[in-house]
Formats: sequence, C-alpha cells, structure tokens
Amino acid sequence: MSAHIDAPAEPGVAATPTSMQAALNAALRDALTEDPSVVVYGEDVGPLGGVFRVTDGLAGEFGQERVWDSPLAEAGIVGTAIGMAMYGMRPVVEMQFDAFSYPAFQQVVSHLAKMRNRTKGAVSMPVVVRIPYAGGVGGVEHHSDSSEAYWTHTPGLTVVTPSTPSDAYSMLREAIASDDPVIFLEPKSRYWPKEELALPVRTEPMCTARVVREGADVTLLAYGATVKTALEAAELGGQEGLDVEVIDLRSLSPFDDETVDKSVRKTSRAAVVHEASKFVGYGAEVAARVTERNFYYLAAPVLRVTGFDIPYPSPKLEEFHLPTAERILDALDTWDWEA
Amino acid sequence: MSVDFRRGDLPTLPDSAPVTLIDDEGHRAADARDGGFDFPGADELKSLYRKMVVARRFDVQVTTLTRQGRMATYPSALGQEACEIGATAALRAADWLFPTYRDTIALLTRGIDPVDIFPSFRGDWHCGYDPSAHRTAPQATPLATQALHAVGAATAAKLKHDDVATLAFLGDGASSEGETHEAFNFAAVWQAPTVFMLQNNQFAISVPLAKQSHARMLADKAVGYGMPGYRVDGNDVAAVYAVVKSALGRARAGGGPTLVEGLTYRIEAHTNSDDPSRYRDDADVATWKTRDPIERLEKYLLSTGLLGEDDRRSIAAEAEDLAARTRDAVSAETTLDPLEMFDHVYAAERPEMRRQRDFLAAELARSDEATGANA
Ligand SMILES: Cc1ncc(C[n+]2csc(CCOP(=O)(O)OP(=O)(O)O)c2C)c(N)n1
Repeated sequence: MSAHIDAPAEPGVAATPTSMQAALNAALRDALTEDPSVVVYGEDVGPLGGVFRVTDGLAGEFGQERVWDSPLAEAGIVGTAIGMAMYGMRPVVEMQFDAFSYPAFQQVVSHLAKMRNRTKGAVSMPVVVRIPYAGGVGGVEHHSDSSEAYWTHTPGLTVVTPSTPSDAYSMLREAIASDDPVIFLEPKSRYWPKEELALPVRTEPMCTARVVREGADVTLLAYGATVKTALEAAELGGQEGLDVEVIDLRSLSPFDDETVDKSVRKTSRAAVVHEASKFVGYGAEVAARVTERNFYYLAAPVLRVTGFDIPYPSPKLEEFHLPTAERILDALDTWDWEA
Repeated sequence: MSVDFRRGDLPTLPDSAPVTLIDDEGHRAADARDGGFDFPGADELKSLYRKMVVARRFDVQVTTLTRQGRMATYPSALGQEACEIGATAALRAADWLFPTYRDTIALLTRGIDPVDIFPSFRGDWHCGYDPSAHRTAPQATPLATQALHAVGAATAAKLKHDDVATLAFLGDGASSEGETHEAFNFAAVWQAPTVFMLQNNQFAISVPLAKQSHARMLADKAVGYGMPGYRVDGNDVAAVYAVVKSALGRARAGGGPTLVEGLTYRIEAHTNSDDPSRYRDDADVATWKTRDPIERLEKYLLSTGLLGEDDRRSIAAEAEDLAARTRDAVSAETTLDPLEMFDHVYAAERPEMRRQRDFLAAELARSDEATGANA
C-alpha cells in the first residue's frame, strides 16, 4: 500500500519497517522541532511516553515546558488547550482512550468547535485532540469505543483517521498545522503493524479519501481499522471472481464526495464498513449521501456492515462484534447481482 | 509542568470574616479585617466609583430595553458592581478576562463598546467583539467552562514568559460543576497566573447556596487545591479591587493562582424570564439594597471630600450619554447577512459548506425576486 507515497523529503533515506506508533511519534517530534508554539500534554504523555508510547522520548527531548503530564482530567485537558490556543499556542492533547474522552465532550462540542464561529473568525482553535479509538486489541470495558459519530455530527470540527503509518505521519503534521480543531482518531489495532517507510513523508491531503485498491464490481468504503478488513474482503472476493474497489475515507469530516462518487458511479454498488454501532452511526451518513448523490447510478441499495447495536462487548466476545471479511462478503451476497 | 511544583508554605483556611476596607456605613474599616491589603488611592477610588455609576446606568438601561422586548435576554448584574468592576479594574491591558453571561458590565471596563456587546443578547451573533483585540474571551454560557480557558491562557502566557495574568469569573452555582474543580486543580498544579473571581450572589437561578454547597464557605475550597482563598465583602469595591490586584500581582510574579469569593447579592431577577418572588424573600432583597456598593463608596467619598459636585455632574453626564448611545444602538435596525452563517465555521474552505451556502443564496435570491415582483 505504499504506492501512493511521495518520495521521501530527504532523498537517499532508506525505507525501514515503521509502525503507526513510530510514525506518529516522528510527526510530533518534527512538529515540536519546527514550531515553538506546539505543545503536547495529556495523561502519562511525559516520561512514560503515553500508554501507547506515541509520545515516547519527547518529554526528555523537548523538556517539560513543551511536553508534560497533565492532571488526570479530560475536560481540563481540552479546556486549557482552548485557552492556550486563544493565547497563540498550538496544543496537541491526548485523550488516553476513546471512552475517556466523554468528560471532555462539552469542551469540544460547546467551545472548541464553536469558537471561530462565535467570534466571526477572530479566534482560531488550532488544537489537535488525539484519541486512540476502536477495538480489536482485547481492551477491557471503555477501551474500545468508536466515537466518530459524536464528533462528526459537530460542525466546526475536522475528524480524521489514518489507517497506515505513512498517512499517520502526514495527516498528523497537517492536523497540527491546521487552524481548525482536529479530532485525530488513531485506530488502536493499527498502531503496531509496520510499513516500509522513510520519514518524513507526505501523502495525499488530510481531508481527502483515497482509492487503495481498484476494482470494477463494488466499492467498499472503510476507514481506520476496517480498511484492513475491507482489503481482506477484496482478496477473498477476488478468489470468487468479485472485483472489489476499496476506498480509505481517511477524513470523516469533511467527506470527500468526489472520490467516492467517482468510484460508485464506476462500480454502481457500495457498502460502508465500520466498527461502531449501526443505528445513527457514521455509516448512515455515508449511505444517505452516496444515495442522494448517485441514486441513478446505483444498482443496489448502499449497505452498512458494522458492529452490532450493543455496548462494546468484553474482550473475549469482540470477535463476534467486529465486522469481518466474511461478513462483508455475506452482506454483498444479499444484493440481487443480476439486477 | 514539573518545573513548577512548589512545596513551600501551603495556604491555611481563609478568615470567614470578609475582607472589608470600607464598611456598610461608608467608613474606612478600622479593624483587622482589611487583611493587610493596600487601601486604594483617592484617584483609584474615584475611578472605581465612576465606573460603577456608569455601569449601573447601563445595566438598568439594558434591563429596560429587554423588558420592552428589544433584547432577547439580559442577565443583570445590578448590585454586583463592586465585584464586576473592582475585579476587572485590577487587570492590566495585557491581561485576559474570561467572563460569563452575567459579566456584561465587566466588559465595559475592558473598553468594549456596548454596540459590540449587544449582538449576543439581541440575537444577532454569539459574540460581537474581537476577543484578541480586547483580551476578553466571549461570554461563556455553559457554566464553569471558561475557568479552564483562563487557566490555559494563563499557562500559555507563562510558557511564553509574558508578564500577563488572567481573571475568570464564576458563580456560586458554577462552583458545583466538575470543571470548576478541574480548573482550580490545573491552575494550582501548573501554578498558572490565574485569579478566580467567584461571585457568591447567593442564588443559582432559584437554588440558594445552602442547597449548592455544604462547605463552610466557598473560599475554603481553595485550600484543598493548595492555593490561597479569600473571602471579600463583595459590595465593597475597595476590598475587591485591593484583593484581586494583590492576587494578580502575585500571579504575575510566579506565585500561582488565587480564589477570591465575593460575598454579594443579585438584586434583579436571574434574567428577564425569571420570577424571583417564587424563591426569595422581599425582606432579604430590601436588606441587601441597604448595602448597595455604589452608595457605600459614595458615602465614603463624600465624607472625605474626595467627590465634588463637578465630579458628580460629569459622571452623571457620562452615564446618561452611554445610556442614550445604548438605546440608539439597540433600537437601530440591523441588517444581518444570512450567508455569513457559513463564513466562520472553518478556517479551511469546505465544498459541502459552499454547497449549503449556495443553496441558501439561491433561496434568498428567489424570495427577493418574489417580493420584488409583488412590490
Ligand atoms: C453546564 C450548565 N448547566 C446549566 C446551565 C443553566 N444555568 C444558567 S445560569 C444557571 C445558574 C448559575 O448560577 P451561578 O453560577 O450562581 O451564577 P449566577 O447566574 O448567579 O451569576 C444555570 C443553572 C448552564 N448555563 N450551564
């Protein structure tokens, strides 16, 4: 999947196996180096380097005035980041796990997302809220939520999620440089797999989707961890003669209609795949807008292959909850392919 | 930030008798309750008096306009002028203020034109002034949220080595919110140059303080966070000014945050849509009216010969002038551009936003055409 990557900024740097965790770490390091107004804080992000080690080594390298452990309070973390942004800083803050971002919901929704609008553009909120999210890693309760629908429903936020190390680097750099607040969702189950990569790298713009696998018969729309699942389904489908196109949405808000429309008009069939519950989930938005914009090109209703409408299950049951390649192909089988 | 952990003298419980510099009768308080704070100079007191009189006239005017239906809503601060003005007057121009919906008159002391304050209460836009230009955040409506912003801005100022402090207003009801706790705690741990001005005006809409907090007093809460707390007579502008000024100075000098509880009373209703007769005694209101912050300072200034007839005339003229300007501004027809709704949502342009803007533009053009055709 590295075909899309531009040449490394420093020619001659050899590609090495790089994880998303390492790519994110490098992105933070480079941003801290280049821009003195960037600061990084959150729970355990200092000497420990964060529970996923994304901030590993940064406190030692940049000192406690650039990277530090905050008190354990999510509203406090986002609320103080808002004040810092008002005072000209670019804070990158970490919510330790998806479901622990909920105490900060009010600060994000009522202030972070709205400050520019309230002040007619006078005050920007260049804040990045990094949230390790979603499941598949055997996390205990409250450690595997997919909260994207809450954030994407909020005007004023940009919500993105990388699925590869190269995108993770490039998108985080762009998120930090953005004058809009960015909810940066990091799919936990993708932290450790590696990609041959020479950093720094710049991939496609942060707010665009990307066709990661071309196909003629059906478009799978996936993001974060489900990109991998969708690619597995494409492989499996291929063995049965089904030519599957896979799109990594990358940006959940804004939604890259052009890339998706183009694909759907070509294949005339689409399914969206996510881990979050189905009911009023992000897939509902995707299905609705794909249908609204492409109804006469569609041969079948847009499908949603998602987690069940249950609280995220316990670790030993999560395999039954998460969408799988088989489940995706079974869903595609419900279409009348002769139509 | 670990560099800032200080384990020096931790504060002890504050004195329950409020710091008072000028008492109810307008006399300089002679006992030890002044807590060793600097008594403001004659010019400072006269300036505070002028600001309070002008602010009261403004507040009364806006309440009237609201009753006439020319403003959507207005939470009055009548009776709380000493806290509002005393605390903000202690700020320097470079400091930042983080106000709530209640603290409109405090905005006047930041040089914000009433014309730019109204849009949010009239329903034109959420905030009508440029926060950066006046170093004053938009008035926060969700309770206690602004306290964290004040801590963040103060910490940023400290990281940039700016000689700047921040002031956050809070209400007694807001003190129960989790974010108040987080703000106090962050401020103390980070030794942020922040002063929390907690206006204990006795009620949170209808709920009296006794149903809000079981603490001996709200100023006590500071101690648990490791910051000093003070209770001041919130109707004594000299005391509020002196205590907040000293706290801001300490903050700028690296001494960390302070909680100041101002003991005061909300004379008006919570907002124009509230009926205070359902939850409080007229007798209480009458008693508090006898403790009026403006009359108190006026008595002092008159008895000490600091306030002359000329001063009173010029202050009255300034107040009337502001009231007239306020009436005119509120009554003036405003033209709002509905398309501007889309202009300030994102810094980066979004195709979907452009589509929705175009949709509304087309709709507006059609209705213009229709009304044009009918005319
Ligand atoms: C988070 C939140 N909950 C509820 C409200 C509704 N509300 C507005 S003002 C108020 C009372 C606040 O009382 P206090 O903090 O004492 O301030 P005061 O109005 O007396 O100045 C309430 C409950 C709100 N604005 N925000």
